[in-house]
Amino acid sequence: MSANTSKDTKKLQPSFVTSPPAPDSCQNTYNNSDHTQKHTVADEISERTFQDVSLCYQCGKCSAGCPIRYYMDIAPNKVVRLIQLGYYDEALKSETPWLCAGCLTCSTRCPKEFDLAKFMDAVREIAIEKGVEVKQKNIIKFHQAFLDQIRKHGRSYEVGLVAEYKMKTLDLLQDIDSAPGLYLKGKLGILPHNIKDRKVIKNIFKKTKNKTDNRDTESTY
Amino acid sequence: MTVRVLPGSVKIFSGVEYSTDYKYMCSDPGQNLIKEAIHKYRLDAIVVGSCSPHMHERTFRNAAVSAGINPFMVEIANLREHCSWVHDDIESSTHKAIELVRMAIEKVKRDKPLTKINVPVTKRVLVIGGGIAGIQAALDVANAGYEVVLVEKEPSIGGHMSQLSETFPTLDCSQCILTPRMVEVHQHPKIKLLSYSEVVKVEGFIGNFKVTIKKKARHINEDLCSGCGLCITKCPIKKKAYNSFEEDLAFRSAIYIPFPQAIPNIPVIDETVCTYYKTGKCGMCVKVCDRQAIDFDQKDTMLVADIGAIIVATGFKLYSIDKKSADSKYKGYGEYGYGKYRDVIDGLQFERIASASGPTSGEIKRPSDGKEPKKIAFIQCVGSRDDSKGISYCSKICCMYTAKQAMLYKHKVHDGEAYIFYMDIRAGGKMYEEFVRRAIEEDDVKYIRGRVSRIYEKNGKYIVKGEDTIAGMPVEIEADMIVLATAMIPQDNAADLARTIGVPYDKYGFYNESHPKLKPVESTTAGIFLAGACQSPKDIPESVAMASAAACKTIILLSSDTLEREPVVAKVNEDLCAGCFYCKKVCPFGAVEVKDVKDINGIVYKEVAYINQGVCQGCGTCTATCLSKSIELAGFNNEEIFAEIAAL
Repeated sequence: MSANTSKDTKKLQPSFVTSPPAPDSCQNTYNNSDHTQKHTVADEISERTFQDVSLCYQCGKCSAGCPIRYYMDIAPNKVVRLIQLGYYDEALKSETPWLCAGCLTCSTRCPKEFDLAKFMDAVREIAIEKGVEVKQKNIIKFHQAFLDQIRKHGRSYEVGLVAEYKMKTLDLLQDIDSAPGLYLKGKLGILPHNIKDRKVIKNIFKKTKNKTDNRDTESTY
Repeated sequence: MTVRVLPGSVKIFSGVEYSTDYKYMCSDPGQNLIKEAIHKYRLDAIVVGSCSPHMHERTFRNAAVSAGINPFMVEIANLREHCSWVHDDIESSTHKAIELVRMAIEKVKRDKPLTKINVPVTKRVLVIGGGIAGIQAALDVANAGYEVVLVEKEPSIGGHMSQLSETFPTLDCSQCILTPRMVEVHQHPKIKLLSYSEVVKVEGFIGNFKVTIKKKARHINEDLCSGCGLCITKCPIKKKAYNSFEEDLAFRSAIYIPFPQAIPNIPVIDETVCTYYKTGKCGMCVKVCDRQAIDFDQKDTMLVADIGAIIVATGFKLYSIDKKSADSKYKGYGEYGYGKYRDVIDGLQFERIASASGPTSGEIKRPSDGKEPKKIAFIQCVGSRDDSKGISYCSKICCMYTAKQAMLYKHKVHDGEAYIFYMDIRAGGKMYEEFVRRAIEEDDVKYIRGRVSRIYEKNGKYIVKGEDTIAGMPVEIEADMIVLATAMIPQDNAADLARTIGVPYDKYGFYNESHPKLKPVESTTAGIFLAGACQSPKDIPESVAMASAAACKTIILLSSDTLEREPVVAKVNEDLCAGCFYCKKVCPFGAVEVKDVKDINGIVYKEVAYINQGVCQGCGTCTATCLSKSIELAGFNNEEIFAEIAAL
């Protein structure tokens, strides 16, 4: 595909946007210069999640019920809104998708049956693939550390998670005061509890990895 | 397709005397072209290549009639919907257009002149449902001088409007404006009111329905009862049954009148709670009734009425999310705690609380402890516009009644705070938007845009978790009482009744009108009309307008002594008919009857099918089913259809 030039930026904005947000980090890859065939981030999300982002009618029930709403920089429904309107850069840079715990409260209660947790997954994926600078820098490291534990043990191993995360971030003393309490309540097991058939989990990781790699090479955007 | 080549191309077909084209054949000059051609070339049949016959068949038939041709000697080749609108390729679509016209030519050559059928009309109207729509329709028809049978399934007419406290946007008392109409119905010499009754069977056709009505046993002799109410005061069963008129906020006795202004003012005995029906004892009401009106042995009775037209005004119910409707097709709202928290109520319950005749005499008190709520939250779109609950439509009235209820609350609790959670405010209507603004500007009602996610109890307060999507901020409100503006849905038995009377309904159970714009009060079944919220959610003015419109359509129907019907009906060749009656089984309109064929001595020697021409809608199902090929549909007989196919 032909690479976009910055001249195309204005053309690609929705007509009613007066000051274009100019999302240069992601727009070049996802927007084709041909106006009729452009493949936007919104399209990409719709393809990955099997649901159209225009389904959302912005009632705000997701944000209202979100248990971590108070820690987010923008409301979950606003992330959908930004994607709907084409402000991809602002949406991908937001902390909100990274704070989403995937508890599915929003997806369960959504009157339009829009799976917002799935949507947030796709936003995170695309942000990583595009190398978008995320405000919460360590959060990707946390995700990686968590997935590593699953790969190794087949389930979450808290001590391993903490150790790996601290090695990655080198922030050794953060949250250290909560450790004794967690230990006393039995939340921090010293040894990992491995599942029986760890190979299966490894295979899942392998297959998923292959699939993602294929998608990157095959895709035409 | 290229229109200008068509006249020349079809001219060569056998039997074609003259062909031409014109841009707007349906216009007056276009019709004149047809008329002139008929006179000039002495034509006996016409083919028009135009839009769908749904649009202008009548226009062209009338043009033919005024030029002296039988209207059924006109055929329309649908060149718009069947050709130009659906094909891009000009050359092949032109070819198709020529073929379509050729088929119509072959058919019209075999068409026979038909004459319209006349059927008699019974000048009596059945109105099903005694809410405001049914009351209005009944009064309008009766005032035009026709007899009306008004059937209401509840013990009293009045419907939901009788439960309301005040009405938007004028804030006038609902009962004060409704009850005079109810009395008028009761006193009208032309209206026969059948309360506590249900329609169980509808037979026949437009102008000639035969309707069976079940009059449920009240266990009261209506002729003897004076409505003094002594039996109700003396009834020992006081707290076993919820009062459904008060939306379960109060109890009623086993023998009861739904509300003081009930029409008719005659009690009903609830068999499920009455001691007499359980133990055979008590009989207190019998003892106190000095007119011997109580009749424990009364049974349901069936009445049959000859009816000319039917107005269906069965209304709506509120989407209920309590335990009782667990088997309902709609999913509930566990997160709002309705049915779990007593102070989470629905719109109609609030109407009763705010009503001067309600269980609190109009004082705003919460159901759990009777305290006055100082902070109240209203939540709109509960059920409505919620695909996950199976209700995608907007219930239309909730924005307005919630604004009204918040206003009533503020008028009664001066130091109270009212919050309304909404998604969009849909206040289209005369003085509606002004009314909502008045709630915000004068009565200081706080509108928060965003759906509520959850309601839970904490220290006797109800925490409403919401999001203000305009400010982009999470919102939590500690409310004392919550009112859910639940969706309007069809009555529980709406689908059953639709099948009984033969009207189609949509996926929600609302009855379908014949045309969404031009026939909004007619059902697709001739002679059956719709009024009020059984067709879609509506407020009072719209229901009343629709009821009057339906009444007007009914009066038009009854104003002539006979009805003209299209002659496109099926006819049985009795010599060929083998009497298998498959046609009777497949006929969707019940038009097929059994007819005895007698010999010269009057002895029945065979049974054949007979098609009632008044009922037959000309669908052709019987024609296709008939094994002996003995049924022919006038205007679409086998010869004509095969000629059309052969012409291809």
